[in-house]
Amino acid sequence: MTRLIVNGKTVNISVEPDTPLLWVIREHIGLTGTKFGCGIAQCGACSVHINGSLMRSCIYTFSMLKDGDKITTIEGLSKDASHPVQKAWASVDVPQCGYCQSGQIMAASALLKNKSNPTDADIDSYMTNICRCGTYPRIREAIHQAVEIAKKSNKA
Amino acid sequence: MNKKITLPKNPSRREMMKTSAVIGGGFIFGFHVPLNAFANSSLQSEVNAWVVVNPDDSCVIRFARTEMGQGTLTGLAQLVAEELECDWNKVQIERVSPQENLARKNAWGQMLTVGSFGIRFSHDYVRRGGAAARIALLQAAANQFQVPVEQLTVKNGIITHMVSGRSISYGKVANDAAKLPPADLKSIVLKDPKNWSLIGKSVPRLDTKDKLDGSKIYAVDVTLPGMLNAIYIAAPVFGSKIQDFDASLAKTMPGVKDVFTINNEAYTVIADTWWRAKKASEKVKVSWDESLNGLRSSSTISAYLKEGLDSNRGIFEFRNEGDAKNAIHQSAKKIEAVYSAPFLAHATMEPMNCVALVTADRAEIWVPTQDPEGSQLAMSKTLGLPMDKCFVNRYDPGGGFGRRARVSDYVINAVDIARRMPGVPIKMLWTREEDMTHGQYRPITQAKLSAGLDSNNQLTGMHIRLSGQSIYAWRNPTANMDGFKDELQVQGLYGDPKSDQQLCYQTPNMLVEWAMRNTHVPVGTWRGVNVPQNSFYVEAFIDEVAKVAKKDPYEFRKSMTHHPKQLAILKLVAEKADWGNPLPKGVYRGIAQYMSYGTHTAGVVELSVNRSKVKIHRIVMAVDCGYVVNPSQVQAQIEGSVVYGLSAVLWGECTIQKGRILQTNFDNYRVLRLGEMPKVETYIQSTGDKVWGGVGEPTISVVAPAVINAISAATGKTIRDLPIKNHLVV
Repeated sequence: MTRLIVNGKTVNISVEPDTPLLWVIREHIGLTGTKFGCGIAQCGACSVHINGSLMRSCIYTFSMLKDGDKITTIEGLSKDASHPVQKAWASVDVPQCGYCQSGQIMAASALLKNKSNPTDADIDSYMTNICRCGTYPRIREAIHQAVEIAKKSNKA
Repeated sequence: MNKKITLPKNPSRREMMKTSAVIGGGFIFGFHVPLNAFANSSLQSEVNAWVVVNPDDSCVIRFARTEMGQGTLTGLAQLVAEELECDWNKVQIERVSPQENLARKNAWGQMLTVGSFGIRFSHDYVRRGGAAARIALLQAAANQFQVPVEQLTVKNGIITHMVSGRSISYGKVANDAAKLPPADLKSIVLKDPKNWSLIGKSVPRLDTKDKLDGSKIYAVDVTLPGMLNAIYIAAPVFGSKIQDFDASLAKTMPGVKDVFTINNEAYTVIADTWWRAKKASEKVKVSWDESLNGLRSSSTISAYLKEGLDSNRGIFEFRNEGDAKNAIHQSAKKIEAVYSAPFLAHATMEPMNCVALVTADRAEIWVPTQDPEGSQLAMSKTLGLPMDKCFVNRYDPGGGFGRRARVSDYVINAVDIARRMPGVPIKMLWTREEDMTHGQYRPITQAKLSAGLDSNNQLTGMHIRLSGQSIYAWRNPTANMDGFKDELQVQGLYGDPKSDQQLCYQTPNMLVEWAMRNTHVPVGTWRGVNVPQNSFYVEAFIDEVAKVAKKDPYEFRKSMTHHPKQLAILKLVAEKADWGNPLPKGVYRGIAQYMSYGTHTAGVVELSVNRSKVKIHRIVMAVDCGYVVNPSQVQAQIEGSVVYGLSAVLWGECTIQKGRILQTNFDNYRVLRLGEMPKVETYIQSTGDKVWGGVGEPTISVVAPAVINAISAATGKTIRDLPIKNHLVV
């Protein structure tokens, strides 16, 4: 039994140790915003934050989790989609099919946490999640816009 | 973004979904219970099939096509709302189910969403639906005010009687409007395009909000009470049968409920969770009889197709104008080149999946599909149930690109599994590996192109011989293919001036032939279907001909392009890309143009090649799709086509070894990532003229040839066999 703090709520989980966190989140906790795309950490659709760090949950097994680990999924990123990244995503109208966007948003929010004003080169090297619809130009635009939104809300 | 917009009702999200969190033993189970029919509120008034008006004046626009990211949902709502004259900020969307369409005698027309159909083939009747609803609402107001309807005007859902100054909103008259006899749809006069106020505007998409917070439910997220999870593993070699099967160890694994074979060609493990089903599937001992196709490989397939380039056997002569062979033979200069394009997987982000619940007398599925009616038919045929006992809950697919169209292989798999556990809902989900190795691949083809030039370097004739696999033949395995005229395979090579997929060039001597050479690999409709292969052949070849003619590739194309709109778009792209102006040292340009799905496209690529390493710097795209409903979404489709097209031309290939597909996941089927995305500029022409061209597919056709032509400019060598990774570093 491992105690996890998922989106601020405590849950006690007991599953086979090799179960990936992705499937703990989807099948045991019942949060489905985190998506299965490849199972080998290639596409990033399963991206979550573990203790604040970006992680591809499809290869992060249950046995790697420690008691009290804090996990943030897309559902817990903010209340009412109010995170600057989510606001920018809405403003730029980023998503097409939307399937990869939970992961893209989790990656972008982690990027901004590390670098409050990333350059295009920073975005290029950090944003490695796959989008088959091809929303990349809008993702880039939205990340730059999220910086501005965050600046404004900091001033306020 | 306009914050006033009321977000669409997602049937899988609001009243159709009930989420309950039950905490027990440390586990939380979420139940997403979608209902089958429309949200039935007695307060709603269905004015007609397309439009429902609520007492609060919000208008529900019903949507029959499939939204899979291409933005057609928003575009079609704009078309309805333009004629309806409702308040766009109060528009909601409801997705029509195929059983509803069946019960109402096809009231919403075709639901299948392929071939850039969405707006291209629905614009007329959805606008008429919106107009008919407006007419009824106005008449109901006229009756209430007891004034002639001609004295009423309407804007944003508010009807005004100018003479008396009275006004009333749609919500107040909707109930009466719903009781009026429907207007004659055919005689309705639609708005003149110059009076459009919503069509042509980049309004934000109606389906964005729930894609930002994880609340959008895809079929893969559906959870039903008592649901079990299944993994499906098919024969690695297409067409193989199971030889030996031992599930004894797998059946002892935790959570496993059952393990069984399906039609002797696949097996499934059913467990409480999908992860446990997957783990147990690895313990199944299975061997396959691969004697039928196990020796086939990319090289044997390639040789088979090559034979078709010169053979006299099984040839469909699609165009034969003048005497191309003789004209080329007698020309001062002759050019001949052979090209090839490989099988390609769709690799949608959401792997194939379907939830199914089957009992003796009815079946229900929860499915991501481009073809809801095809899914229903597949259920009916597989289970032997009447159509009206087959219920389809449609979910917006996490990517389609043609994979989830007209072929309901994964639906058949899911109901085949669920029928073995009657009354138990079962979610079948493929692994990425299963998805990649059991696709409906873009057909493999080869092409031999020949042309002649006279002493003035004018084109004397052209001969295009294609050889490869037919989608139609794969989908109709029992049909007699002898002498079959498969016009789908020669897409984009048409000569008919009324066609929406004309070859851009004319010559008095033209021969276009198709040699059908089918393989054991399943083929289907990949974004653009057969246009991207044919456009690569033609446009790479035109550059090679221009080189022999010692002409600039743009000027050479310009001199031979006959369609005025196509010529205009070619000129536009050249102008915007500064064609002819000097580039930084080491940077080269390539150009390509094509017409398909009623839309004219042209593109210019700028790239450099340093020590065999290709770097793409800039892509300029120009498009004329006739009427533009939502420019922002057209731009998104062009950018998306560039991403999909670049992935294919740089790395895309599914190769066959010992009968099976070698590529299994994104590590060996590489696709473009953000950091590899060049700058893309898009220029959208809206020339109208009763043309409603597609936008989801046409622009991909110029991506590959423009890149190949730029590489040729840089290196002096034309890459004739895709993808580029087999020749240069990408």
